[in-house]
Amino acid sequence: MVNGINLALQFLDSFAFIVLAAAGLAIIFGIMGVINLAHGEFILIGAYTATLAVTQLGLPLVVAMVVGGLVTGLFGILTERVIISGAWPNYISQRTLGRDVIDPLYDRLADSMVATFGLSLILTQGARIRFGNSIDQIATPFGAISYGAFSYSTYRIVLAGVSIGLLLATYYLFTRTDFGMRARATIQDKETAQAMGVNTDRMYMLTFGIGSALAGLTGALFAPVISMQPTLGDQFLVEAFVAVVVGGPSVVLGTALSGGVLGAILATFSNLYGTFIGRIALLVAALIALRFLPDGITGFIEQLRQRRQESD
Amino acid sequence: MTRSPLSRRQFLGASGAALVTGLAGCSAGEGGTSTDTASSTDTLKIGVLEDQSGNFALVGDPKAKASMLAIEEINANGGIDGMQIETFQRDPQSDNQRYQELTRTAINEESVDALWAGYSSATREAIRPIIDRNEQLYFYTTQYEGGVCDEFTFAVGPTARQQLGIVLPYLVEEFGPDIYTIAADYNFGQLSADWVKVLANENDANVLGEEFIPLSESSFGSTINRIQEADPDFVMSMLVGANHTSFYEQKASAGLDVPIGTSTAMAQGYEHRRLDAPAMANIYAGVNYMEEVPTDSNTGDGGFVDRYFEMYPDAPYLNEEAETNYFSTYMYKKAVEQAGTTEQPEVVDALESGIELGTEEAPEAPDGETIRLDGATHHVDHHMWIMRADDEHNIEAVENRQIPETFLSETAGCNLPENPEQTQYTPVDYYEEAE
Repeated sequence: MVNGINLALQFLDSFAFIVLAAAGLAIIFGIMGVINLAHGEFILIGAYTATLAVTQLGLPLVVAMVVGGLVTGLFGILTERVIISGAWPNYISQRTLGRDVIDPLYDRLADSMVATFGLSLILTQGARIRFGNSIDQIATPFGAISYGAFSYSTYRIVLAGVSIGLLLATYYLFTRTDFGMRARATIQDKETAQAMGVNTDRMYMLTFGIGSALAGLTGALFAPVISMQPTLGDQFLVEAFVAVVVGGPSVVLGTALSGGVLGAILATFSNLYGTFIGRIALLVAALIALRFLPDGITGFIEQLRQRRQESD
Repeated sequence: MTRSPLSRRQFLGASGAALVTGLAGCSAGEGGTSTDTASSTDTLKIGVLEDQSGNFALVGDPKAKASMLAIEEINANGGIDGMQIETFQRDPQSDNQRYQELTRTAINEESVDALWAGYSSATREAIRPIIDRNEQLYFYTTQYEGGVCDEFTFAVGPTARQQLGIVLPYLVEEFGPDIYTIAADYNFGQLSADWVKVLANENDANVLGEEFIPLSESSFGSTINRIQEADPDFVMSMLVGANHTSFYEQKASAGLDVPIGTSTAMAQGYEHRRLDAPAMANIYAGVNYMEEVPTDSNTGDGGFVDRYFEMYPDAPYLNEEAETNYFSTYMYKKAVEQAGTTEQPEVVDALESGIELGTEEAPEAPDGETIRLDGATHHVDHHMWIMRADDEHNIEAVENRQIPETFLSETAGCNLPENPEQTQYTPVDYYEEAE
């Protein structure tokens, strides 16, 4: 038996989970072409930072979450400088050896995968060594709403609102601001952008930082509702990659659409047939989408638009 | 069948390294010194493979630590029959393939005299064929679904029938007959859910519904809705692992306050310490042990808890399986002393003679009570407890009594000394309602 409100709330919940899981990855993978297998561990950094900021420093939850995002953003910038672009090691080697030692990992899909996988192992085990097998968890704020025999955590609904807000902010940042214009120019055509006076190096660094900060914020937002342990990032990975791939080339719109489509499928099937079937349905949907829309949802929309223009 | 005749041992010793290697896993040691008395060998070797990283690190780490505590205590008190215990300890990283490799290493290269290994039932089933092929004495120390009747395996943790058998009837009595089951989606969860059905039938209760949840799942919105829709008197939860822990926080924040009975929460992963109250309020765990079990030898001055945290001041919790690792090491000690040898067939014979431990070595048993290893089934008649968490996550003992293992001994008719086998019996084979 399907209860309409249950289904609606479940949809919001799945939508928020998928969109937030994918948000940071969409920028780093979707825009920058770096397969970031440490995405889950960026989420971990955000979650741990926010939790520790509350339990150790006594910061209010909202502030702690912002701190979680910022710290992860800074860590992302550090990662970009040291591993992805290799700018800092190269700076040193230029002065000592007289040559670069690291080739940037941009648009080297397989290579970026290996490098970030290594990073993810280091971060997971590092967190285990430093903080143990779990850290104390913070309680979920806001209580619950009741309807009939059912009730639902208010915080999960708030998350859905936040995820839409984040999508809008990201969209605005990359399409309506100078920074966004330069970042997109850099990624589309680095040489031309440089010729036009864009500091492309800085754009790469900042874009990667923003993607990381989004991942960290996701971790911080989910910190009260998931179990705080070093492998907590893993549970986001499947949804994140599936959403980004199904979304296609237009990052923000793609994430929103795939969050909507996949969220609806996940919610409907897990509501009707249980969590297990819900998960299978999600993966089958992704398979079908990739078989028939190899460029993702937004790639398909783009094709339609071009076809219509041609026929006009 | 306490002590095997000396002539047999001498025969084994004399027949040299070749034969002994054939019986891989016996304490062949270097140079074929398979003779056994304290005078000829002054060490024996125990293998301890418990997860210290990966998905089960949280629950596996205390197991490794408690084994080390028992070994250190035994060594400090003169060892086993004068033999000091050496350990082969590695971290299998919650990875069943690593387990298989390390089990082979422990048996073939390290020639361990006894092996403790594995948290999950999936792990146990991954290494049991290797154990059996090598005729290796093996202790499996996790609470589990039950039913393993294996001549080389001593499954000394409590079984689902023992754990659920104490908590489920109590909850039926206390709250009513309608049960909803949620369980992890693998052999342990599936079989535990079958046991809920069997026990429900025996206690005139009924299972309204059940859901199996993949280990990777961490969002429980639809599960919570379904529980609310079924509106049971209580929920039986056999969720497992780090991801599933999220359920308790999520059901609390969704305002679901139905009582929950469990064989997995709190005693293993100490959720009542890690989660903010009142996430675990009104949860009843059926367990043989958790840190809060109020026996003198456990929480008293200089008791098990004191000794553990003296050795490991930074350890977060002393969990259910840790106690099982601890007392089973002492069971092994008793058996070797009784057998007068580390030769594994003789030690198994000694273990099968029915080793009993008092409260000092098995802190789950109150003063004056014992736990007993049943030789026929290689399982333990445990002293079981119902432990409840209140709104502030304080733990109180609600009920306790000894519960023998009955499924293998009475229902399945497992009698290993008479009829050696390597089977796992499941409730489906014996109970209609489990189908």
